[in-house]
Amino acid sequence: MTSALNPKYSFDTFVVGAANRLAVTAGRTVAENPGSAYNPLFIYSGSGLGKTHLLMAVGHAAKKAAPALNIEYLTLDEYVEAFHAAIAAGQGDAFRRRFQNVDVLLVDDVQFLTNRKEMQSELLRLTEALQVGGHQIVLTSDRPPPEIADLDERLISRLSGGLVVDIGAPDYETRVAILRRKADERGAKFEPGVLETVAGAESGNVRELMGALNRLVAFQAVNDRSINAETAKQLLGIGTEAAPGDGGKTVGREATPAGRTGGGDEFGEFLADVTVTVGKAVEAWRARVGEAVLRWEGEGYRTRRLEALLERDTPAAVDEVITAFTQDVERLKELEAEVAELDPQAAGQSVFRDPERLGEAEEVAATVRNGAAPPPGPSGAFPLAAYAVGPSNEVAVGAARAVLKQPGKKYNPLVLVGKSGLGKTHLLNAIGLELARGKRAVVACLSTQAFVDELIAAIDGDRVDWWRARYRRATALLLDDIHLIAGKERTQEELFNLFNLLQDKERQLVFTAPAQPHTLPGLEERIASRLAGGLVAEIKEPDRDVKRAVLERMLGQDNASPDPALVDYLADRPAESVRGLVGELQRVIGAAAAQDGPLTAGLAREVLEGQSPRDSRRSAGFRTSGIVVSSLGGIKSREKMVWDWSDIADRVIEEFR
Amino acid sequence: MSLVNFTTREITCKIVYYGPGRSGKTTNLHYIYGRVPDSRRGRMVSLATQTDRTLFFDFLPIDLGQISGFSTRFQLYTVPGQVYYNATRRLVLQGADGVVFVGDSQARQLDENLESLQNLQSNLLEHGVDIRTIPLVLQYNKQDLPRELILSPADLDDALNFRGVPSFSADALHGRGVFETLKGISELVLKKLAAGTAA
Repeated sequence: MTSALNPKYSFDTFVVGAANRLAVTAGRTVAENPGSAYNPLFIYSGSGLGKTHLLMAVGHAAKKAAPALNIEYLTLDEYVEAFHAAIAAGQGDAFRRRFQNVDVLLVDDVQFLTNRKEMQSELLRLTEALQVGGHQIVLTSDRPPPEIADLDERLISRLSGGLVVDIGAPDYETRVAILRRKADERGAKFEPGVLETVAGAESGNVRELMGALNRLVAFQAVNDRSINAETAKQLLGIGTEAAPGDGGKTVGREATPAGRTGGGDEFGEFLADVTVTVGKAVEAWRARVGEAVLRWEGEGYRTRRLEALLERDTPAAVDEVITAFTQDVERLKELEAEVAELDPQAAGQSVFRDPERLGEAEEVAATVRNGAAPPPGPSGAFPLAAYAVGPSNEVAVGAARAVLKQPGKKYNPLVLVGKSGLGKTHLLNAIGLELARGKRAVVACLSTQAFVDELIAAIDGDRVDWWRARYRRATALLLDDIHLIAGKERTQEELFNLFNLLQDKERQLVFTAPAQPHTLPGLEERIASRLAGGLVAEIKEPDRDVKRAVLERMLGQDNASPDPALVDYLADRPAESVRGLVGELQRVIGAAAAQDGPLTAGLAREVLEGQSPRDSRRSAGFRTSGIVVSSLGGIKSREKMVWDWSDIADRVIEEFR
Repeated sequence: MSLVNFTTREITCKIVYYGPGRSGKTTNLHYIYGRVPDSRRGRMVSLATQTDRTLFFDFLPIDLGQISGFSTRFQLYTVPGQVYYNATRRLVLQGADGVVFVGDSQARQLDENLESLQNLQSNLLEHGVDIRTIPLVLQYNKQDLPRELILSPADLDDALNFRGVPSFSADALHGRGVFETLKGISELVLKKLAAGTAA
C-alpha cells in the first residue's frame, strides 16, 4: 500500500541552497527528533523543486538514526485509495489503527485534498492521533494549507500548527551545484562553462534543469565527443545564436581552425568551408540518428536498434532503419492502445515499449484479445419465452421489449422495481439474453453484490484499470438488486462513471430494485437521480394470468396434463410473489411424491390448508382454528395465516359464556 | 576506395581535374600548391615533359587536419590532356570521388572541350560510373584572355553544361576561381556522405 523510499533521495544527494536551507534544516531536525520538534512539518513548493526528495530524505535520515522506527511514505492518492479499499472491505478500523501506529508518516501531494471532505476529516483524525501519540507527520503540497481549496478550517489550523516551510526556486549557484552533482552521478564530463551555460538559462524548476542535462548527456554520448558551451546553447535553444531547426546539426564548428590562415586566406577559407561541409555531411546521419534516439527515448521507447547504428562504422541505410523503427513504434502504439482498451494493466508491459520485441508485443496483444475476460453475462436459465406475462407486469415486459427493439435509445436506464420474488431477476436476465444475441454484443449481467465483490478483488489485486476496462467494453450493463450498492462509496463512484460513459455511448443499462430509486437508503443522490432518469417500471404482485401461466409451465414440465382444478385452486390462492407460488406448488408436488399419489386440487388444499385426507374424511364438519403449521415447508409466515374464521362468532360467544 | 572510413575516422577525397590538353589543369594544382601551408601539403608529384606537358599525371595531397574528428585528406590529381594518353586518364579516374572538368574558354577550343567531356563520360563508364551520379563541376578557364578570343561563361554553359552542374569561370594562372572550383567540388563530394552512402 505504501511506496518504498527511493534510495536515491537522501539528504546526501540534496543540494542545499539559500532557497531550501530552512526546509532542509527543518527536515533534518524532524528526522533526528521525530514527533518532538515540528509536528506536523508542512513543506510546500512549486513543482520540481524537491518536495518528494526532501520528504524521502527525512524518511531515510529518521530510519538511519533509529532503525526500529516504523516509517511510511505514501502520496495522498495512495492513502485515499487504501482508505477506500479498506472501507469497502469493512476494514476501516484496522486501517486507522495501522496508520496510527506509524512513527514517522510522510504524506506527499496533500493538495489533492480539495473536494474530499471525508478524506479531510480522516486526515484530521489521523493527524490528531499521531500528534497525541508523539508520532511525526510530514506533509508536502504545492501550496500552503490555507490556499488548498475547500480545506476544512480545523485541518488548516492543525496543519499550520507545526511548522510550514517552503522551498523556493534554486538560485544560479545552487543550479550549477545541482548540475555538477547530477553530471557526476552520471559520470558525464563537460567542458568548462557548459553547465554554467545550462544553469544560466532561466528555469525555475530542477526537473527542467535535469531535462536539459539529460539532453546534453545524450547528445554527448551520441556524438562521442564533448560539447562546448556554444553547442550546448544551440542544443538547448538558449540565446540568439541557435538557429531554429538547425539546433544539433551544426556540431563540429568549433573544430574550425582559427589560426590556420598562415598559408593564405584562400586556403583558410577553403578549409573553413570544407569543415562546415564535412561537419554537416559526416555527422548529419549521426545527428539524425541521435535526434531519433532522443525523440523515441523521450517518448519512453527503447532505442537499442538506433543506438547500435551509431556504433557502426558506416552509416549505410540510416534513413531506412529510422523509418522501419518508426513504423515499429507506430505499430507498438496501435497495439498498446488496443490492449489498453481491453486490459490497461497489460498495456503497461515493457514489451510495448521495445520495438525489438514487436513480435512479443503482437503475441501479448493477441493473448489479451483472445483472453480478454468478458464481464459476467446473463444466466441462460431465464429465457424471455419462459417469462409469464400478465396485467401485473405488462408495463415492465412492454418496456423490456421496447428496450430490446432499440437498445440504449428508448428507455435508458430501465429500472425494474418490485418486491422480492416477482421475477425481476428473470426479466433482467431475459433482457440480457436477448441483447446478447446481437452481433459483437458484450452484455454484462450480474448481481450488484458480485459487482461490488469484483471491484474489491480488483482493488486488492491492483487491477482496477483492468476491471474498469472490462465493463467499459460492455454494450449493455444489467445489474440486479441495485440497492445492495448502498453505502459502498467506491462502487457508487465507479458505477457513476461507468453509467455516464455507457449512457453517452447509447448502451443499454438495466437495473432492478425493490423500491423506487429515491426511496432506497444509502444510495447517493447522483445515482438515484440517474436511475430515475430513465424508465422505472413496476412489477406488481402476480395476477391470476401470471400465476396460471407459471403453474402450467411448472406442471407441464413433469406432468403432461396438469389437473385444471389444481391450477385453478393454486391460481386463486393469494400469493405475494411468484416465488411464493412456486414454493407452494413445490410443497404440493413433494407431498404427492411422498404419498405416491396423484397431484390433485384436493391434495393441494390438504397440504396447504393443513387438512390431512384422513381427517377430512372422518369429520367433515370438524372445525379447526385454521392455524396451520406445515410439516412439509417448515414454519412459514404465510402458513401461519388464519384462513378460515367462519366460526369466530361461535367461539367468541362460547368463550364469553 | 572508401571515401569515409568511420573506423579509422578518416576522410579521403580523390578529386580528378579533367579536361582537354592545355586547358590549365596543372596550373590549378600549382596555384593550390602555392597557397597551402607547408605543413598541410605533401610533395606535389608532377611528371611532365620538357615542354611542361603533363606526361603521366600530377598528384597533390592536401591534409586538412582533424575535421569533426575525422582526419581529412584531399588528393588532387590531373590527367594528361592529350588525346593519346587515354589509358592513363582512365587509370587516374579510377576511384575518383569527384571530377573537375577544366574547360578551355577559347572559342577555337570548343570542340576539344566537347570531345574531352565525351571522353570523360566514356572513361567513367568503363569504371562503371555514370557521369550523372559522380560529383562534377565545370571550370571555364582562361577567362582573362581577350574577349574576342573566348566564349563567355554563359555561352560555355550553353555549349558544355547540359547537366546543369555548378560551373566556375577562372583564371588559373592568377588564381581567380581556383579555390572556388575546389570548394565547389569538395562540397558536392562531401554532400554525398549526407546521403549515407560511402562512395
